[in-house]
Amino acid sequence: MDDLYREVIIEHYKHPGYRGHLDPHDVQFADSNPLCGDHIEITLRTDHQGHVADARFDGRGCAISQASADLLMEAIIGKPIEEIKQLNRQDILDMLGIDLGPVRLKCALLSLKVLKAGVYGLGEASDSLVE
Amino acid sequence: MLDVNEIRKDFPIFQRETKPGTRLIYLDSTATSQKPLLVIEAMDAYYRRSNANIHRGVHMLAEEATSLYEEARVKIARFINAPSAHQVIYTRNTTESINLVAYSWARANLKSGDLVILTEMEHHSNLVPWQILQAERGIELGFIPVTEDGLLDLDEYKTLLSRGPKLVSFTHMSNVLGTINPAAEIIRLAHEAGAVTLVDAAQSVPHLKVDVQALGTDFLAFSAHKMCGPTGIGVLYGKMELLEAMPPFLGGGDMIKEVKLRSFRTNALPYKFEAGTPAIAEAVGFGAAVDYLSSLGMDAIAAHEHEITEYALERLEEIPGVNVFGPSAQHKGGVAAFTLDGVHPHDVAQILDQDGIAVRAGHHCAQPLHEKFGLPATSRASFYLYNTKEEVDLLVSGIYKVKELFG
Ligand SMILES: Cc1ncc(COP(=O)(O)O)c(C=O)c1O
Repeated sequence: MDDLYREVIIEHYKHPGYRGHLDPHDVQFADSNPLCGDHIEITLRTDHQGHVADARFDGRGCAISQASADLLMEAIIGKPIEEIKQLNRQDILDMLGIDLGPVRLKCALLSLKVLKAGVYGLGEASDSLVE
Repeated sequence: MLDVNEIRKDFPIFQRETKPGTRLIYLDSTATSQKPLLVIEAMDAYYRRSNANIHRGVHMLAEEATSLYEEARVKIARFINAPSAHQVIYTRNTTESINLVAYSWARANLKSGDLVILTEMEHHSNLVPWQILQAERGIELGFIPVTEDGLLDLDEYKTLLSRGPKLVSFTHMSNVLGTINPAAEIIRLAHEAGAVTLVDAAQSVPHLKVDVQALGTDFLAFSAHKMCGPTGIGVLYGKMELLEAMPPFLGGGDMIKEVKLRSFRTNALPYKFEAGTPAIAEAVGFGAAVDYLSSLGMDAIAAHEHEITEYALERLEEIPGVNVFGPSAQHKGGVAAFTLDGVHPHDVAQILDQDGIAVRAGHHCAQPLHEKFGLPATSRASFYLYNTKEEVDLLVSGIYKVKELFG
């Protein structure tokens, strides 16, 4: 019906393909957006060549945050970790296929922020990871 | 009764569409109200005709600007029935007013172990200043609990009072639950226990008749922008003896009587607390806003909001999956914070926005209150003098649309 809630977003929100938690895992990170209570945890398994063998997200929040996490997991499986480190804001917006205002952008970028903090092995997820 | 259709014509913003063919349904006045033309024009006229710095000048414009600035103070004093305009201190907003008390009165009067009573329904602006003081001074914080139905637990309050608090600081009306707290009773009990009182009136002064003398409060704080006035200006009202005894807050021009290289003498009230060039045009706008509200009558405004709120609660509660927080309309101002099962409040607000309906989503600067109810966030519709039942109907159909999309 409208742009922001394109079918793909509602679909990934309602029926996520990559919701869950990998155990054992090689990378794990979680963070939340205190403004709206969105929360995302990501777990990854990597293979010998440094590629993502499998990826899952868990958490709660708005459709934008949860759908972007699901789309992101789908996109990174099979990709080299080095490539994941290069992902940026525009990649997420391209996946979602929408434009977002400053408030909702935070929702959309939470999963990327968590993912990058995880693959970089950082102690804390900072906004500068997704500038 | 208010003639809402006439009132809406006073607000230029209601002529705008959010996109072609979609009119603005503004249900976010708890965050900030819209401004009537008269306020915008008063500020515009000030800048076009009278702009000058106030007080020290002797030229015509300086005199005129000073008069306008001070006339507004008198109007505001009358609006809250303050005994004197000298007790009306201009600040930037409610938050700064509360901080003024925390920095000046509290630092001069509170020591380690002293108890400050707050409530669980406070806005962050009436929590954080006291938490800062807790870390700095070792004061203790006690909280009047909020019951399941969104009211203050006054029995628990009485128990807290038996511990001899120095200050009771509480919101007159919750910006989330809408609860109108029994301020006069809370203040009377606090005084009996020997405590000073501060009322966060950010949500009450815009919507109810507030009489500081009838309440008997020691301090009261509110913002112009929530009552048809501009942003950037608010008020701290205080009892004369307290204000006179308080040390200055910010130092600089205007707040002094005399300055030597190594010393100064403070100015009289209210200037003692108004350091630096203030928000002059905003004060003029604030005065115009108070004139506007007075001309309509606060009782009529409150009655209109009550009617809309009652209707909104009734309609919202009919929607399966909608849960409205806070007390029944009888104890409540024009606020309806709600959740919709299975849909995040951000999504609710965003989808409503597509139809021009402005509601807020989040924790509304009351994170501890949301945690108490186990919620990260809610959607909040709020009503003011210019809102109509028809707008409530549009909100309700909007929520049905959200349900359909996520169904
Ligand atoms: C109950 C309450 N207290 C304090 C404030 C803070 O007001 P301001 O942001 O104007 O300082 C608000 C505004 O949202 C409020 O609703």
